[in-house]
Amino acid sequence: MKEKEILDSLKKIVSPYVQRKEGLENFNEETDFIKDLEVNSANLVDVILDVEDEFDIEIDNDSMNGMMTVGDAKNIIERKLASA
Amino acid sequence: MKKRVVVTGMGVVAPNAVGLANFEDAIRNGESGIRFEEELKDLNFSCQIAGKPQISEEKIAEYFTPLQLRGLNSSGIVYGVIAGTDAWKDAGLKIEENEQPDWDSGIIFGTGILGVDKFREAIHLIDAGKTRRLGSTSVMQTMASGISAYLGGKLGCGNQVTTNSSACTTGTEALLMGFERIAAGKAKRMLVGSCSDHGPYIWGGFDAMRILPSKYNANPTEASRPMSASAAGFVPGSGAGALVLEDYETAKARGAKIYCEVLGGAANSGGQRGGGSMTAANSEAVIRCIKDAIQFSGISAEEIDVINGHLTATTRDTTEIENWKTALKNDDFPYINSLKGMTGHCLAASGSIECVASVLQIDKNFIFGNTNCEDLNPEISALISEEKVPRKTLEKPVNILAKSSFGFGDVNAVVIFKKI
Repeated sequence: MKEKEILDSLKKIVSPYVQRKEGLENFNEETDFIKDLEVNSANLVDVILDVEDEFDIEIDNDSMNGMMTVGDAKNIIERKLASA
Repeated sequence: MKKRVVVTGMGVVAPNAVGLANFEDAIRNGESGIRFEEELKDLNFSCQIAGKPQISEEKIAEYFTPLQLRGLNSSGIVYGVIAGTDAWKDAGLKIEENEQPDWDSGIIFGTGILGVDKFREAIHLIDAGKTRRLGSTSVMQTMASGISAYLGGKLGCGNQVTTNSSACTTGTEALLMGFERIAAGKAKRMLVGSCSDHGPYIWGGFDAMRILPSKYNANPTEASRPMSASAAGFVPGSGAGALVLEDYETAKARGAKIYCEVLGGAANSGGQRGGGSMTAANSEAVIRCIKDAIQFSGISAEEIDVINGHLTATTRDTTEIENWKTALKNDDFPYINSLKGMTGHCLAASGSIECVASVLQIDKNFIFGNTNCEDLNPEISALISEEKVPRKTLEKPVNILAKSSFGFGDVNAVVIFKKI
């Protein structure tokens, strides 16, 4: 899967949880889920579940803890897809 | 100095109507909210009828953010948030995105068991070893205080925000607790009310106790028959009622519409002694509760124009009237009615929905007729004059109304409302 496709799906997945919509306008690998998008920290687990469903992968707790930015998420998804 | 407390806003989600104006029409016209439920039939329930508010997805979407709607599966929260928000708006209060909460406004919003459908989802996932798939909303939709928490966040209340639970007394008790908080000067405004989930997992236990009618599955609207000779048990219901209680001076200062005054009330328990049990009321406790409410309110028994009873459509209806008669001691018994003929027994929500119906009667000068009571129980007509149990709605001013609720665990609450 191409990087852009992953980023596009991530943007779609995270959108409902975003409280700072301006953050979506400049959505890139540096975008921080909590700082830039103001996703409620409790909702991060919901983002993870939606990502799992979309890409048919499983993201363990350790991987989740390192997922601060869109780039982190993309890397985890690529890694999981490669090992699947 | 004890503060005077008034009702300035109301909201209701009842099986026979959603919204205050619709509800007033429904109770004036004796409209039933009891329907056949295919789901209960498929699950082999004896009683396959129930009272469930009719709400569209579009209506629900008006009260919840798109994010809150994701995975929302708690009917009690849906009903409670709609009723509570409506009451707030009806009181002329705004919902603001302010940085500071409103420190003077609080919430006491009760329930019996909350989010049972959401809990079922969670149980299935957990039993399948998929706990991590629960997502973030399982806790807030199933904690009892979920309802006060959802409302508290929506309205931005900064005073006490809590949930009470006392079976079918819950709603009336919530009102009394809010009243006490304002009277004591601890809050200027309290949103009070209660909600009850719908569905087989709520109602199943009552069906198993064989206290629900099983002979009316083909004619549901006739099933709930409070005070009738053919009463055959209570019809299970669900929904929510909400009232904004406010310090009188504060309400007046902001020019709020005042529905009526809450004079006070009483809550007690029969201790499951003296004829009381987990499921039956100790009559002495009921009588004391009525007397205490009257005394606390500073009125005399003769001043009560209308009683809105608990009256669930069981053999206990006669006992309740006997208790009222003993407590009031006057020859001229007040008018008495029961909402449950139209809505069924909305369990934890019953007290608040019925408080809304009570206050409407004071505000709009009518006494709603008792549905399905053509054949008044002769044991009741032996106690009180038959004309005191109106079968048709009476257009009549109501000055003072007494509302009672009783619940499993032998708990009681009586509240007294007065026209202002």
